[in-house]
Amino acid sequence: MAEFLQFLFSGLTVGAVYALVALGFTLIYNASGIINFAQGEFVMLGGMTTVFLALVGVPLPLAAVVAVLAAVAVGLLLHRFAIEPARGADTVSLIMITIGASIFLRGAAQVVFDKRFHSLPHLFGTDPLRIGGAAILPQSLVVLAGATVIVVLLWIFIDRTLFGKAVIATAANRLAARLVGINTGHMIGFSFAISAAIGALAGILVTPITLTSYDVGTLLALKGFAAAMLGGMGYALGAVVGGLLLGLLEAFSAGYLSSKYKDVVAFLVILAVFFVMPQGLLGRAKVERV
Amino acid sequence: MERTTHGVAPLLEIENLISGYGRIEALHGVSMNIKPGEIVSLVGANGAGKTTLLRAISGVQSVSAGTIRFEGQAIDRLPAHARVPLGIAQVPEGRQLFAPLTATDNLMLGAWWRRADDLSAELARVHELFPMLRPLSRSTAGMLSGGQQQMLAIGRALMSKPRLLLLDEPSLGLAPILVDQILDAIVRLKSEGVTVLLIEQNARAALAIADRAYVLETGRITASGTASEIASDERVQRAYLGI
Repeated sequence: MAEFLQFLFSGLTVGAVYALVALGFTLIYNASGIINFAQGEFVMLGGMTTVFLALVGVPLPLAAVVAVLAAVAVGLLLHRFAIEPARGADTVSLIMITIGASIFLRGAAQVVFDKRFHSLPHLFGTDPLRIGGAAILPQSLVVLAGATVIVVLLWIFIDRTLFGKAVIATAANRLAARLVGINTGHMIGFSFAISAAIGALAGILVTPITLTSYDVGTLLALKGFAAAMLGGMGYALGAVVGGLLLGLLEAFSAGYLSSKYKDVVAFLVILAVFFVMPQGLLGRAKVERV
Repeated sequence: MERTTHGVAPLLEIENLISGYGRIEALHGVSMNIKPGEIVSLVGANGAGKTTLLRAISGVQSVSAGTIRFEGQAIDRLPAHARVPLGIAQVPEGRQLFAPLTATDNLMLGAWWRRADDLSAELARVHELFPMLRPLSRSTAGMLSGGQQQMLAIGRALMSKPRLLLLDEPSLGLAPILVDQILDAIVRLKSEGVTVLLIEQNARAALAIADRAYVLETGRITASGTASEIASDERVQRAYLGI
């Protein structure tokens, strides 16, 4: 039982991060149809920028805020100088651009930062809490709470503001969005900014537990993509469910089978989704009234 | 229905417009104009280029040559979202509502460029024009019936306070009683000063409420005149009115 709880908590913690990455995929995909494979680099930028600002003496909260803003700036630049000029290109080309951007950002991070692993101090220390025999790091709860707050805020914004509804409108019908006067280019740029912010926050929250380095983005993007596919690409709730589920699958397979194969789970999930249910868990065939 | 429109500056003026999809040209130099306060109908078979012309006016279809002037200002290089505030709104073919959002959200988004304004008067105006929409304000647009959706689509376009309303097949697939309601609404909008460009499969109904009409055939204007002239044209009668 203690073992089970242990795996459950570590699965939820890492799953929350996957959920946030998947949410970033979903936002950009909905606004533009693009799958942004540079999503993982936003997570890396969040963690690495905070680490390096802290190293030069910037207080941690300020470092975190600047890191999020830096990631947002990178997201906007990516949209403005890589995606926007290729407007009208087919989706596959745009996806390849994001893969290129991902490689570029990783390379730039090697130069600007370094190639070593870094950590951040835990917010509430490293003394584990004992729950039912399992040892849980306070930082795990910070990650879960942070992810919950982000999801709830995002939901309120999308569901309760006209701007959020314009985001949904752009996702639902881009032609109609243009016809009512919504600048869909701005909406796509905005989705890149928000996704970057969410990714960076995830990176900052989880770095104390998982450490960060210039290349953590690659695997995180794949995991986040697997989570988004599992939940149903384009569904925000699916992204959250898919992320948590993938985190749990990983933790339990690592715990009960072998931790050697932990990263295989995500790839198996991608394959399984493609073969068995391409629409994902929460996705459904689109119904249109004529 | 003869009206003299000479001397009145056109609201919309199109000259030698050429547009297409990839290498296929759909409009081969179309010229037409619409005067303020008119209902102008565009008659033509499927694939004649009617929808392409409407899309070019609202800016979601690129044009390779020719000019579009709205109140004397060339607008053909403006993006679609910049044309709505000038006073151009399109009700696209197939309604194209924001299906996951409520009817009211759809209407509010129709007034996107005026989102800072108080829109209650505009909302009331749409509900007055289409009382059927009033009890549906919280319903999801995708779940509405075809007629309700069409009214909502027109209402959404009206929320932007357009001076030129572009209607693409507003009666397609609707029951006759709903067709009448929609046509009545169009006539009423005209009386309120809205200029209308109307595409209609139902050419007879369109010509009955229009002031003038253009016949578009395979990307070219082949006839134009008052609605009654076009309606009595033998070729038009044979091809589009089934007489």
